[in-house]
Amino acid sequence: MSATSHLLKVVIQTVMAAPMTNDQSWFYALALGVSFLKCLLINAYHSTDFEVHRNWLALTHSLPVSQWYYEATSEWTLDYPPLFAWFEYGLSHIACFFDKEMLVVPNLNYASPATVLFQRLSVIVADVVFFYAVKECCKCLREDKGKDLLGKPSFILTVLLLWNFGLLIVDHIHFQYNGFLFGVLLLSIARHCQNRHFEGAFLFSVLLNLKHIYLYIAPAYGIYLLRCFCFTQSNADGSLQWRSFSVVRLVILGTIVLSTFAVSFGPFIALGQLPQVLSRLFPFKRGLCHAYWAPNIWALYNIADKAFSILGVKFRLLDINKLPKASMTGGLVQEFQHSVLPSVSPLATLVCTLLSILPALFKIWHRPNGARGFLRCLVICALGSFMFGWHVHEKAIMMAILPLSLLAVDSRKDAGIFLMLSVTSHYSLFPLLFTTQELPIKIFLMLLFTIFSLASLKTLFRKGGALLNPLEVTYLLGLIPLELICEFVYPLTVWQKTFPFLPLMLTSVYCALGVTYAFIRLYISLLTCSDTTKKTKMQ
Amino acid sequence: MENWSLFSLCVLLGLTSRWAVSFHSYSGAGKPPMFGDYEAQRHWQEVTYNLPVHEWYFNTTNNDLNYWGLDYPPLTAYHSLVCAYVAKLLNPEWVELHASRGYESHSHKLFMRATVLFTDILIYIPAVLLYCFYFCDGSSKQKVATALCILLYPGLILIDYGHFQYNSVSLGLALWGILGLGLGWDLFGSLAFTLALNYKQMELYHSLPFFCYLLGKCIKQGLIGRGFFQLAKISLTVLVTFALCWMPFLSDPKQPLQVLHRLFPFGRGLFEDKVANTWCSLNVLIKIKTLLIHLPTTLSPFPLSLYVSSPQNISQPVCLVINEIPLIAIWFLLTSTFSMLPLLVKDGLLLPYVVTSLAFLFLSLYLLSALERSTEEELRLGLYRKLTRHWLPKLNLSRIIKWKFWFSLVAMAALSFTSVWLEPPAKFPDLFPVLVSILSFLHFLGFIIYFNLVQLMEPQRKKSQKKTN
Repeated sequence: MSATSHLLKVVIQTVMAAPMTNDQSWFYALALGVSFLKCLLINAYHSTDFEVHRNWLALTHSLPVSQWYYEATSEWTLDYPPLFAWFEYGLSHIACFFDKEMLVVPNLNYASPATVLFQRLSVIVADVVFFYAVKECCKCLREDKGKDLLGKPSFILTVLLLWNFGLLIVDHIHFQYNGFLFGVLLLSIARHCQNRHFEGAFLFSVLLNLKHIYLYIAPAYGIYLLRCFCFTQSNADGSLQWRSFSVVRLVILGTIVLSTFAVSFGPFIALGQLPQVLSRLFPFKRGLCHAYWAPNIWALYNIADKAFSILGVKFRLLDINKLPKASMTGGLVQEFQHSVLPSVSPLATLVCTLLSILPALFKIWHRPNGARGFLRCLVICALGSFMFGWHVHEKAIMMAILPLSLLAVDSRKDAGIFLMLSVTSHYSLFPLLFTTQELPIKIFLMLLFTIFSLASLKTLFRKGGALLNPLEVTYLLGLIPLELICEFVYPLTVWQKTFPFLPLMLTSVYCALGVTYAFIRLYISLLTCSDTTKKTKMQ
Repeated sequence: MENWSLFSLCVLLGLTSRWAVSFHSYSGAGKPPMFGDYEAQRHWQEVTYNLPVHEWYFNTTNNDLNYWGLDYPPLTAYHSLVCAYVAKLLNPEWVELHASRGYESHSHKLFMRATVLFTDILIYIPAVLLYCFYFCDGSSKQKVATALCILLYPGLILIDYGHFQYNSVSLGLALWGILGLGLGWDLFGSLAFTLALNYKQMELYHSLPFFCYLLGKCIKQGLIGRGFFQLAKISLTVLVTFALCWMPFLSDPKQPLQVLHRLFPFGRGLFEDKVANTWCSLNVLIKIKTLLIHLPTTLSPFPLSLYVSSPQNISQPVCLVINEIPLIAIWFLLTSTFSMLPLLVKDGLLLPYVVTSLAFLFLSLYLLSALERSTEEELRLGLYRKLTRHWLPKLNLSRIIKWKFWFSLVAMAALSFTSVWLEPPAKFPDLFPVLVSILSFLHFLGFIIYFNLVQLMEPQRKKSQKKTN
């Protein structure tokens, strides 16, 4: 039955206290519970992203389409693809009922209580897409009758996704619409698991037109669909059967993708604005790293460069006057120049990214492993792009974590990698909420998610030893003193004034180690997984 | 999942909702000259830090009792003093004598909220967890569910973390007292409860059952011999605790008298706020009744729920029985939160009120299966059944109760909505607060009758349970 009639049934049965025939009530309880928590966070700190979206509401509402990608009254110009602009346009029509003033473009930084309420509620309501997607993903898991509720993989997955720490603090405090977008992504993945590939492809093209950062994982989709869908059969040993190529399927897929792009970009191509739109979408003049370094390879590269330059000066190998002035820790988004190691250009990062994901793509081309192999490759593409990409935001790590949750409840190795990656990257999101008021919230929520994921996955995979080896546990425990130093001890020292960005740097570098480690382990797991896993639960 | 992880998750959820509510406004925010309870607490820090002890409760040039004079017992004053020391370290302006009047700033608000969180974590939350762990029936999952529902009770969260008070201290200490009695540690229980009493004099409402229970227990052990010794030890504990708390005030006979005068201001009017004082008259009736019924018998923790008065004090004991009669308890707790609506709206706490009430309603109904556990037996409707047996034998009491429950919720929601969105007519500007009071009063009257009837049936029910077991 459809979701709405099911929900209505839940409500009626709740009122009359009649027992539910299929006990899905826990899902709605979890969804409702997290929604209430989100409502309580309405008055929390919100970042400049709040103003970004208010500005987009205003400009899509007040200006004609031809002006959308040219408007520059506010510094936060439209830099998402057209479908998202249409989404904002739709929202703006509801916004009128809350506060018309927010739709006036010159009202920069307008944040009346009604505006805050509307924008926060829009994120909370848009999360319904995410709820639906999670429900569909749970259907892809193996049925596990007879286990008590807290030990069911579908229950654990639901909590890991619905109550994900990253989504809660980025969407509902910092302010973004990731829940909605990841809902579309997870729905697309679910459709592929359910062998409804056309729908999956359609959803992914829609997603690309909502936020182009998902290009990171487009190669995984492309190779997977080509290999597993366009070639309808494989040989007995899993290798490619060239004869089974289906032109029809390729054409239909192509049509779906192209028509989605046509609907989205069509008006702008017709207006001859495509170069302008693309320049807004891909602003390459920003630096190698964001003001707060994402915990990727470049953070380690930067710190190595710094270390070499300091050591070099100390041991008189380098002349301090000849070194370029280091501006990376300045905190502003500027061009970077490395002192000792070669500087990195956007092209270099692109090459590194491609090199990092090529083995994974080759693996699923050569010996695909069904939906599970696709998912693993997707996570690696996301993580590879995160590790080597140009001007990556730390929030991008969620593109790896959320799909990895699906793998985590299925296999114990993935559960271990998931724990490492999720705890590290969730901690790396801490600097996003730098206000004192939000400090307890981020600590409580982080503990909530970490304790739940550790305890539930440990219970799920209790046979076969510990999920994390002692080294990993030590590393994760090291986050506690790191947090105490960065957030409590360091601000009281004299260095706070002279080196204010040291805690951020420490956090980036420490987390980068964990993320790199998880990346390597995932790769090893992909490259060594054999085809005997044909009896996968997600087939 | 292991117990410790379930309990930690429950605590973290409780803490998160508490701190999230604290983001909102507090009583008297930005409303000079008097402000509100928040300013009162800040003022007490100022007074206790800057003035000598013998001036705290007296009207002097430095201490204007008309401006939020201390009217809680000494333990509150000592607590304020400790907070004041911390405040002085962080920012001396917060407790500057006279100059800090009406001081409001974001960092100060964080500090004040943090003091509430600190005492909550220290006193109230461990008491709730231990109570659920030791005294709740059912599996560990049910215990955790009960703990979560108690921790999510909106009334306490909204008053402590919204309006601004330290009810969690006195209620927590009283709960430790109950825990002590329940575990057989009478001295510890008496100590904890005496401390609660010395924190807020409202705990007197709970003192009668404590007294009756301990007296009854000692009598049972024989007034000559062990019982007498026990009584002596308990009395000594109580007296010593009182003496220690009041020590600075015992040097001069005028001191304790003045303190008592501040604690029990019989000069003030009866209806100080339109909400709480429906209790005063009921309270007297209840006290007399309980004395008559319960002096000879020993009490179980359960009947403690009966001897209550103001919304906060009434709700705490009802929280404790939430696992035994979930539907009625949830109904009651929601009503008590609703009864505070005019106050919450005045403080700008409408959004947290709506969210926490709805969250509590749905989560507790779901986690405790309140609607499923609502047969006549489970709702303890035995006496009602007896009374209606002759005239209306076929009445489905359970269904009636459920319909009444939903109807009352709709009424409360509707009145909440109209209080906020509609303008009262000019002739009756206080129409909505009065309606809220009346509706709450009617509910509470019904609850008091219900709890009393249940109490009367309790020994018979336990006997029949023993027979069936």
